[in-house]
Amino acid sequence: MSRSRRIKLQVFRATIFILLGAFFLVPIGTMFEFSTRGNSVTSPRTMEAWAAIFREPDLMKAIGVSLELAVITSVGMLVLLLPTMVWVRLRLPQVHRIVEFLCLLPLTIPAIALVVGVAPLYHWIEINVTDSILILSFVYLIIVLPYSYRALDAGLSAIDIKTLSEAARSLGAGWGTVMFRVIVPNMSTALLNACLLSVAVVLGEFTFAQLLYFENLQVAISYVGLVSAGTSIAVSVASLIFAFMLLMILSFFGRPREREVRGEEMLPGTESRVLPLRNSFIGVPDK
Amino acid sequence: MTSAGNPAVSNTAARPNGGGRRLPLPWLGVVPFLLYVGLFLLLPTAIIAFGSFTTKQGSPTLNNIAGINQDFLVKAFVTSTTISVASALLGAIFGAMLAYAVATGNPRGVFRRIVTSMSGVLAQFGGVTLAFAFIATIGNVGIVTLFLQSHGIDIYANGAPLYQVSGLIVVYTYFQIPLMLLVFLPAVDGIRPQWREATESLGGSTWHYWRYVAGPLLAPAFLGCTLLLFANAFSAYATAAALITQGGIIVPLQISNLFTSETGRSQPGLAKALALAMILIVTIVVVLYTLLQRRTSRWLR
Repeated sequence: MSRSRRIKLQVFRATIFILLGAFFLVPIGTMFEFSTRGNSVTSPRTMEAWAAIFREPDLMKAIGVSLELAVITSVGMLVLLLPTMVWVRLRLPQVHRIVEFLCLLPLTIPAIALVVGVAPLYHWIEINVTDSILILSFVYLIIVLPYSYRALDAGLSAIDIKTLSEAARSLGAGWGTVMFRVIVPNMSTALLNACLLSVAVVLGEFTFAQLLYFENLQVAISYVGLVSAGTSIAVSVASLIFAFMLLMILSFFGRPREREVRGEEMLPGTESRVLPLRNSFIGVPDK
Repeated sequence: MTSAGNPAVSNTAARPNGGGRRLPLPWLGVVPFLLYVGLFLLLPTAIIAFGSFTTKQGSPTLNNIAGINQDFLVKAFVTSTTISVASALLGAIFGAMLAYAVATGNPRGVFRRIVTSMSGVLAQFGGVTLAFAFIATIGNVGIVTLFLQSHGIDIYANGAPLYQVSGLIVVYTYFQIPLMLLVFLPAVDGIRPQWREATESLGGSTWHYWRYVAGPLLAPAFLGCTLLLFANAFSAYATAAALITQGGIIVPLQISNLFTSETGRSQPGLAKALALAMILIVTIVVVLYTLLQRRTSRWLR
């Protein structure tokens, strides 16, 4: 590479990084600034808006409810999806394509469209079963399917579950033992990824909750925002930091096992640990 | 299907160990999953499709579909498309430049790792929190607004830009650029330095390289990723809903207006027709994206 071209390239890279860095960091920085603002521009910095989070009972309740929803959805996802995927790989390879198609289908159905079709079902459940906000996890399980499926699929591809399960079965293990003591410990990273993605999606979900008249975290933040911008922005920052941490854990520690197994298939220089995230955020419903 | 559904076949299958009888067992394993997906994904989709062609009383009609052809809805579709195209193009162009800047750096460097991880996070940053981030930045008392005002530039001179089309484009671009980086980086990584060297050894300039080698190779991937970004922006609802509380300038907001009966004139049929239209548009765009990605993956391997 010639000297002048190398300099040009470095100037281009620096310009891009500075410009986009500013575009991405300024809004996050200003949220901090805004949430610590006093009553006027000249008044001293204050943590008043942050303290006010704890004085909003609705907000505190919504935080608790959203965490519950996240846990229920993650557990439900694992209970529904993992045995199905293992079973399909072991005994029913002919339906693999169908299961994959169904799992990825929610990507092509925008949340705002799906909610219109889900509403009659929820109407029925609320009248006949329960009107608890926790029933939101039924539909949340659907919207986390594509992300969880990809994470679990990556984990299952990395281990030879056929040999593992046959070995375990020939030693007298039942299906429960195969599942919990052979397969699950061998794909712990993939399970963690699937759960973290589900938690991140559920904590950020707004559309279904708002249009089905439930108050989850995001809906509560938007209500608080109508009264006190400072407090709502403080909660936003807090929930953002939480989601950032979840996803940072995921992108830094994701899939070490698969890199060992399929390392040579990786694209040159590709960050393989980002692959579970790649493509997986198409049409995330919380946008 | 298996022969198990047909007793005549299973009796004559002559499989050892009564195989004909045991055949349905493996299928039972996927029944819970299929039931669940059928109930909470396929049934709602069917409700949308069915409801688009029926009245409230359930008799068939084309009025819902024809109802889309009203001025305020056509306008919403045009605005939605404008915002999606503009934010997809901005996101694609800046995202591609960022991908190139990352790809030309050290492939094992910390910097690359930070950019890709941050993109994974930011591509999923949307909705209410993103809306508030921009309210704090370029809202009417946002820090950038105040800063510019103190320097004699009033971005609010012609109304509030954040709550209009231009504002939504900027806000959407915030999650489009990181998504572009994630989906486009593998294609940029696939470019071999040898191709550039080959161009140079044949006397080609930088322009020739981009025009005849790298450009045509990256074009399908770039186009495909731009389509994906379009679908991403087109289906976005929460961000716009948090910013714009009155009126419905884009299709998702119109669906929400028609769907909720706050105004006392809830029109479920029309809401379903709009939802169906959105599903069709997003599906077509995502299918095109998949086809273009397949074409790209041919030379990436």
